[in-house]
Amino acid sequence: MANIDTLTNKGLTVAPTGRTAAGMHDITRSRKGKRIREKFIQFILFLCGIVSIFTTLGIIYVLIFETVSFFREVSPIQFFFDTQWTPLFAEKHFGIWPLVCGTFLTSVIAMLVAMPIGILSAVYLSEYAPDRVRKSLKPSLEVLAGIPTVVYGYFALLFVTPLLKGLIPTMSGFNALSPGIVMGIMILPIVSSLSEDAMYAVPQSLREGAYALGARKIHVSFLVVVPAALSGITASFLLGVSRAIGETMIVAIAAGQQPRFTLNPIVPIETMTAYIVQVSLGDTPHGTLEYHTIFVVGMMLFVSTFALNIISHWLRKRYREAYI
Amino acid sequence: MTKGHWKEWAFQVLALMAMICTIGVLITLIVDVCMDGLPRLNWQFLTSFPSRRPAEAGILTALVGSACVVILTALFAFPIGVGAAIYLEEYAPKNWLNQIIEVNIANLAGVPSIIYGLLGLEIFVRAMHMDRSLLAGGATMALLVLPIVIISSREAVRAVPVSIREASYALGTTKWETIRYHVLPLALPGILTGTILALSRAIGEAAPLITIGALTYVAFLPDSPFSPFSILPIQIFNWTSRPQKGFLTNAAAGIVVLLIVLLLMNAVAIWLRNRYQKKYY
Repeated sequence: MANIDTLTNKGLTVAPTGRTAAGMHDITRSRKGKRIREKFIQFILFLCGIVSIFTTLGIIYVLIFETVSFFREVSPIQFFFDTQWTPLFAEKHFGIWPLVCGTFLTSVIAMLVAMPIGILSAVYLSEYAPDRVRKSLKPSLEVLAGIPTVVYGYFALLFVTPLLKGLIPTMSGFNALSPGIVMGIMILPIVSSLSEDAMYAVPQSLREGAYALGARKIHVSFLVVVPAALSGITASFLLGVSRAIGETMIVAIAAGQQPRFTLNPIVPIETMTAYIVQVSLGDTPHGTLEYHTIFVVGMMLFVSTFALNIISHWLRKRYREAYI
Repeated sequence: MTKGHWKEWAFQVLALMAMICTIGVLITLIVDVCMDGLPRLNWQFLTSFPSRRPAEAGILTALVGSACVVILTALFAFPIGVGAAIYLEEYAPKNWLNQIIEVNIANLAGVPSIIYGLLGLEIFVRAMHMDRSLLAGGATMALLVLPIVIISSREAVRAVPVSIREASYALGTTKWETIRYHVLPLALPGILTGTILALSRAIGEAAPLITIGALTYVAFLPDSPFSPFSILPIQIFNWTSRPQKGFLTNAAAGIVVLLIVLLLMNAVAIWLRNRYQKKYY
């Protein structure tokens, strides 16, 4: 009996050798043990699954908690209507607009680079490229997304900026243009691969219908496939914007640390992310107003990227449902 | 040649040019960094502590710090991520809670990395009193890469054919035994590939750890999970923001090391995938 006991404890099923009452009792006990173990494992796995919920709740709790502490000291009116952001100076202003402006500016520049090239590559890869070209071009583009952003920052500051200075001599060493362009190149693979997925999902029958009417390939691509994939392309655009808003190291290195209420791309600015980095690098004591500010800025970042991600997710789901 | 033909041709040339230009930027970036950094790369650079004099400075502490953070990240993220993936693929009934978990994971993957830094700062550094330790860094990074680990592990688990599960059930095994002895071993190469790619993202990230207060100047090696630390991207960031030419060269050399590490990790991931993919099906 001891033999069966040790085996069943190891989780192995053993056929009963002796049909004694004690033997039967042993088997039922092991089945019960097994059932409990199964439930226990399922519970542990469930806990793993729910970690993600707690992460989101944690983020929301932390941001709300610190934001509330911030607004106890600074009025929302100043936050939303002042046009200066100088929490680290003696004369403090807490207007969020300069940081929003900086983030907006770099993101717009990035999307101006990423969107045209991204859609062009997506149309080419999905409609024109022979398999061989596709198989070598696509992974090469994906490499761009895998390069650490601090490397892009170095590249923007020490290669692109000097290059642009040759073209625009009045440009400052820190500016929005150079990190914006580099960020666009970083975002490009996201835009192109998501747009391509959307175009790929367009049913062949639509293309064939257009061909039957005598359309050329370029007309089919741009007048049938692109409009049909528009929700997916929009989703890729929104995801790209969200990535640009949240991008940190490129702008922290190459855009400067001067919050400025301007849309001039050749002067130093500061983005929301770069501000968080700037404060984190200094030794800001816990609980001070400066400390609260990074969470308020974080809250702005979180809300805007979250909204963009949700809309993008919804759009992608919609085109999947529409054609499959 | 008709007008239509001309347009077809022009579009293809334009699209190819755009992509070649983009890849050209990638090549320029790598060549530029290598030209700046390779001459500086030597044994002294790899084995020296940071210094105020660029010529004597090295990346030893940053390299060790990065390795420690990645190991801790893997220790946290791998079991939780794989557990969550198994739960969602094998156990989760289609109810509102699991729907929320799914949408939530997709959304977490899009949250900017610096927000995870703010979370880590409040929860791990302040509330749990881990201070600016390796442990806090690893835990923060684990939360950051968790969605990626879960998503790729789910794909790997889903790819295991149902027939294998059914064969196992037919032999009288329980659900967990089937998963433990049949599904997991088959899904493991895919899970490992996804995890390595997720960790290679963690190695390149600087922003969340700057936010939790990882140091830019550490003159000693960490001796416990509670030691303060620096990591390679932060060291590179620090050198890039110095005006002296020597530090910029150091930054470039650091970038070369970082890119080599990433290249190796990706090579391992691709090797794993090619070695084991489709072997069983």
